[in-house]
Amino acid sequence: MVEVEGEVIPRKRWGAWLGPVGQSIGPILLGLVAGGILLLLTGRNPLAFYGDILKRGLFSSSGVQDSITRMAPLLLMAAGLIVAFRANIWNIGGDGQFLLAAAIVSGFGPGLVAVLPAGLGLVVLCLLAALVGALWTIIPALLKAVYGMNEVITSLMMTFVGVNLANLLIKGPFRSQKTSVPQTDVIPHDKLLPYLPGTRIHVGILFALVAVGAVYYVMTRTSFGLRLSVLGANPRAAVHVGIDVRRLTVVAFMISGAFIGLAAGVEILGVWGYVRADWNPNFGLTLFALVFLARLNALATIPLVGFYAIISMGGHYAARRAGLPDDFMLMVVGLILLFMTLTEYVAARRERRATRLVAGPKAALRPGGAHE
Amino acid sequence: MVEMTRPVAGRSGATRDLSAPVVEIRGICKAFPGVVANDDVSLAVFGGEVHCLLGENGAGKSTLMNILSGMYQPDAGSIMVDGQEVRIGSPRDALDLGIGTVYQHTTLIPVFTVLENLLLGQGRGLSMDQKGALAGLKKVAADLGVDVDPHVQAGRLALGQQQQVEIIKALWGGSRVLILDEPTSMLTPQGIVELERVLLQLKERGLAIIFITHKLHEALDVGDRVTVLRQGRVVGTLEPDTVHATPRPELQERIVGMMFGEEAAALAGVAEVRGQVTGRRARREISPEAVLELRGVSVEPQRGEVGIHDVSLIVRRGEILGVAGVDGNGQRELAEAIAGQRAIHRGDILLGGTSIRHASISARQRQGLRYVTDDRLGEGTVSSLSVAVNLVLKRIGDGPFWRRGLVREDAINECALGLVEGFDIKTPSVQTRCGTLSGGNIQKLLLARELSFEPKIVVYNKPTHGLDVKTTHVVRDRIRELAEKEYVSALLISTDLEELLDLCDRIAVLFRGRLTGVVENRVGAEWEVGRLMVGGESR
Repeated sequence: MVEVEGEVIPRKRWGAWLGPVGQSIGPILLGLVAGGILLLLTGRNPLAFYGDILKRGLFSSSGVQDSITRMAPLLLMAAGLIVAFRANIWNIGGDGQFLLAAAIVSGFGPGLVAVLPAGLGLVVLCLLAALVGALWTIIPALLKAVYGMNEVITSLMMTFVGVNLANLLIKGPFRSQKTSVPQTDVIPHDKLLPYLPGTRIHVGILFALVAVGAVYYVMTRTSFGLRLSVLGANPRAAVHVGIDVRRLTVVAFMISGAFIGLAAGVEILGVWGYVRADWNPNFGLTLFALVFLARLNALATIPLVGFYAIISMGGHYAARRAGLPDDFMLMVVGLILLFMTLTEYVAARRERRATRLVAGPKAALRPGGAHE
Repeated sequence: MVEMTRPVAGRSGATRDLSAPVVEIRGICKAFPGVVANDDVSLAVFGGEVHCLLGENGAGKSTLMNILSGMYQPDAGSIMVDGQEVRIGSPRDALDLGIGTVYQHTTLIPVFTVLENLLLGQGRGLSMDQKGALAGLKKVAADLGVDVDPHVQAGRLALGQQQQVEIIKALWGGSRVLILDEPTSMLTPQGIVELERVLLQLKERGLAIIFITHKLHEALDVGDRVTVLRQGRVVGTLEPDTVHATPRPELQERIVGMMFGEEAAALAGVAEVRGQVTGRRARREISPEAVLELRGVSVEPQRGEVGIHDVSLIVRRGEILGVAGVDGNGQRELAEAIAGQRAIHRGDILLGGTSIRHASISARQRQGLRYVTDDRLGEGTVSSLSVAVNLVLKRIGDGPFWRRGLVREDAINECALGLVEGFDIKTPSVQTRCGTLSGGNIQKLLLARELSFEPKIVVYNKPTHGLDVKTTHVVRDRIRELAEKEYVSALLISTDLEELLDLCDRIAVLFRGRLTGVVENRVGAEWEVGRLMVGGESR
């Protein structure tokens, strides 16, 4: 075979930057357009609908503050998912880790903030939330690390157990005597996470931004991050080069759970102050889509989570105004996911095509010159 | 249903003109980025004979096969079947044209029975004709003289039997042309004898067989017509008259000339090139100091492996100890047990006199035990990471490349630049993704990584497998130099006997996971090693 020195064939690519960015923005635009067509078909004005979303979610003072507040738990959860997904650990059990942490924080919260000094109580509760999230990953983590069991199945099963255990706690030992609906006692409003000065945005968003920045830094600059990447990119190479794969699997799984638990702690201590039985915001599934749109890049999740927060805060309002069920926005999110898969497929196909030469230019590659 | 069973040709009287080629290809060209895999290749394949395609790894044999079996489309050139120009757009087309292919690696579904595997390739309808298939299978098996249980799971068969099933599968739709890609690479010597017998049967029945190999002696053993490919081009074809009439040594010499050209003379270190073994190492003094010692080591076999059983050996300081054997006789198990990638369930491993049985992979690394894996892409490198990072992949977190867990890119790049130059790794930059490098350069990268930072003993697993002549030469020189000048010991696992005879001080032989003997590398060693390789007792 004739090898060409350096072996680099210049590739023609329309706008190299368009690749990753386009693959994230493209599906969103396509999803919105498809949603718009659906709106048209049902006799609604899509521009008015999307305008309502923006008005409520972004261009009103309370709206933008609600959207930013919503970003806090989402970003923390995204940070947790990225740590695991980068290492090829599919922590599907985020919702179980989230709800169990929420239930325990709400259960012990009112008591703890009453006896501990203000700041200390919140710190202890946040750590408790992270601990609960981390502990809830231990079973799937050990099963994967030691016996090689598929964590998709085990972490999903742990979610069923976690969600129901959370409900059991809220309806049982943590149940408030003061209300008729099953819920926990309420942490007094003045004992919750403080707001940023001059806003109604609680400080959790700062934790979240710090967490996302930290994950980005760890993944790109540290030996721990590289080990995770090697494990994710080629698990057999990870074994071969001497990475302690078992330990790393358990550690990454627990860090993932800890961030997700912290997300729950921040949401309870920043927004709600209590948990009602059967409450489940189902953040996990939405976030899978968002972190993949962000290509598992922690910083890239910030705009995407922001976008999602806006459409989920504004979407309810817009749907109500348009006389549509709340679920309409979920459908748009579903469409975005579908288009994401399609974009991925098209990009992969183009990539494959790019490695084939069409007939003709081979003569130019041959050192001996043109053929015949 | 099975056309092969019809008397196409042979002793029963020819119904087809054997003087016209069944398949003829003319001027086939196929290029991939950076390489021209086939360059104006023409050849004709006749019924009732074995046409060997001989060439080194990378000579373009597999590409040609993939074009004939419908996996690739040629950039230029034409394919004629029975004198008609055809387009083979997919593997299905190939089968419809009567071209069956047996790939190097099994394509059988291991959990399906033999019969189910055969039914997979059959027909396009929904119904499965089990009874008919069973009868067909019996008939084909009888014709080939092989004995296969149709109801056993394919994964439970020995590799040789799996290959027989593959051959039956390739002939199932009534193929007249059978392509075999490196069919002996997974076989034991007995399996090879069996395969040769089956090939004779097929020839008798008038089938045209394309036999792809990179081993000269194989081509001479089975081939009626031999076409030699080099760098994507046909450099010569030996007609059946020549093949059958010329004395073997002379034939061998001619083919070697075709395969390697004039440059062969320059590459004096490669024994294979000279067609005989003369490059025996000069005997030299080896210090009695044991660097690595295995004492009765056993490893449980995993799926499809033989494991290793009660293996004891000693590698002395500066010594190259070869491990010979047919592939799949425990080579990988042995290498991985020493490197620490696999637990040993009995015995002990000592490095410099201390047991490392419970030491982790990275601890063994740090003590100077290195492993150059044969699975360069599967576990040796991470293709999505840069060349620079791959060069320090076994030192993640260590100084000077990381300080308190933080990466120091300058230190990594500086080290990488030095290694790229020192080991002559051809790469546009050290930031290039490792996956874009050619096989030879990836092997150089692995050597650079394992042979730097004070190695004491290096386990090489098939270090030149799949490399071109030039890189093979470079790699062998490197192994030899390191042992002779710097007294770095080597455990050289290879399936290439010539390589072992060229480099080693002593050669141990693995057979079905056991060491059947250790031979001093002196005149006549190859006979002793050859005897041990097929399970003979040590003298």
